[in-house]
Amino acid sequence: MAEATTQKMSFRMKHDIPYAILFLAPSLLGLIVFTLIPIIASLGLAFTDWNLLSPPEFVGLKNFVDIFTDEVLWISLGNTLKYAAMIVPGSTILALALALFLNREFPGIKLIRLFFMLPGVASLVAIAMVWRWLYNDQFGLINTGLRTVGLPAVGWLTTEEWVLPAIVIMLLWSGMGFDAMIYLAALRNIPRHLYEAAELDGANSWQRFWRITFPLLTPVHFYNLIIGLIGSFQVFDVIYVMTGGGPGFSSRVYAYHLFLQAFRRFNMGYASAMAWFLFLIILVLTLIQWRVLGRRVEYDYV
Amino acid sequence: MTQMKKFLGKGTWTVSLVVLSLLSLVPFLWMISTSLKTRAEVFTYPPVFIPEVPQWDNYIQVFQAFPFARYALNTAFVTVTVTVFQTLTSAMAAYAFARLVFPGRDRLFLLYLGTLMIPGVVTLIPSYILMTDKFLGWIDTFAALIVPASLGGAFNTFLIRQFFLSLPRELEDAALIDGATPFQIFFRITLPLSKSILAIVSIFVFMGTWNSFLWPLLMMSTPEKQVLTVGLAAMQGRWNTRWPELMAGTLMSIAPIILLLILFQRYVEEGLSFTGIKT
Repeated sequence: MAEATTQKMSFRMKHDIPYAILFLAPSLLGLIVFTLIPIIASLGLAFTDWNLLSPPEFVGLKNFVDIFTDEVLWISLGNTLKYAAMIVPGSTILALALALFLNREFPGIKLIRLFFMLPGVASLVAIAMVWRWLYNDQFGLINTGLRTVGLPAVGWLTTEEWVLPAIVIMLLWSGMGFDAMIYLAALRNIPRHLYEAAELDGANSWQRFWRITFPLLTPVHFYNLIIGLIGSFQVFDVIYVMTGGGPGFSSRVYAYHLFLQAFRRFNMGYASAMAWFLFLIILVLTLIQWRVLGRRVEYDYV
Repeated sequence: MTQMKKFLGKGTWTVSLVVLSLLSLVPFLWMISTSLKTRAEVFTYPPVFIPEVPQWDNYIQVFQAFPFARYALNTAFVTVTVTVFQTLTSAMAAYAFARLVFPGRDRLFLLYLGTLMIPGVVTLIPSYILMTDKFLGWIDTFAALIVPASLGGAFNTFLIRQFFLSLPRELEDAALIDGATPFQIFFRITLPLSKSILAIVSIFVFMGTWNSFLWPLLMMSTPEKQVLTVGLAAMQGRWNTRWPELMAGTLMSIAPIILLLILFQRYVEEGLSFTGIKT
């Protein structure tokens, strides 16, 4: 029996190999040329000094040592952490709340979901353009509104203390619809009988949420926190369009600092070292999240 | 009595939901309103929401001051090409991983998944250098925007493979016995059964490509070769606070993608739904 299977397997294998090569050729070519080779090259570059004009020069660990004395890099890393600390929990809570809110059926609900998802499909460049106008100090809609109700206007993009919160608010708005859809699907997957049983046992809606809904959504919380953190460390487009990292260095984030090092100063080696340093930070933070949250993930509910 | 209370509760819920969703539309509505104002109307207090005379000319200004039609055409060309080829090549790889038997298959698949862990910034610099004259010489050509993105994508390969694995094998086995090649099976049986996943993947590739910014910013230097996102950033650079024209340009740049969402909302929601469940 086992022999027959092996024979059948090897027959299929002989038959399949040419087709496997054919089917995999394009994506394998792409993977090798545009992902694997760049990854290896990036490792090599991190140990060189190269401005693309003169030939690259091997400098050993110098770039990694330089990272520790690059004051602006640490400012930008601090800003990135601050940004992540606001956007990751903020977007998770907002998405969950919105999903709970949207989790019902009535005529027109599809249109309402559409409204919330609209900002999620627009490019971040477009979003940043619109919000730069909304945040305008003198004539922006938000400050006009604040003044009308008697509150002081805020220098959203022009003061150091407000620029990161302003960007976070904008991105919370733009991402909430998409994130809520992820939660919504998971909510609908929770079997109804769990709630019915809890209701029979006299659990109120607050208890039903914390004892059933919230724990059963753990895979989504987990996904949101991990993917959200990885994404937040690479925020770039909106910084480029809205603030250029300013005022001062107050909105300079890691990816923007890297961009300037690589493509304005052409420090290709140093920027590559920066990229690997970022990878390490993301890896460590992800592993920590994994250890802390991972054991609580509940995948099955019977 | 409780019936009444329930009904009222439901009504409040619905009304607040509608109000909230409209509130989330305010930035868009404000963009549309601004795009039709005169420059003087923009700076009035209290602000007006409906311009006295809609200034359609703002839209024309965008086309006159910038090669906006070219931006749109370039974006559409790049996006459609990438969408078609990335979806196809990902599906081909997915088929090999899901259905064909060859040595090292599962290890190779793990390698595909492994690349997903590497953040984009790590490959950014070498990819840029690869495009310069030192190697491929693709800077300021559409090949730089199209070719790398058209040769498969690890995440999409993963998604489509999962879908292929869930398809019943009987049809394919029958075709195999009748002497069909894997090539014929893939195109005649597997793909037609997979329309929903292919639609989902295509839509997400489309959105991602249409909205991409950093890579085209680095690659293209000729103004006529820019895509919409980079063109918008250039408009802002020159016009700074000419809000009506800027908003007109912004609105036009996102109109196609918004239309896509309206047409294919079901697939977008479905695509988002299995991101959460399958983790």
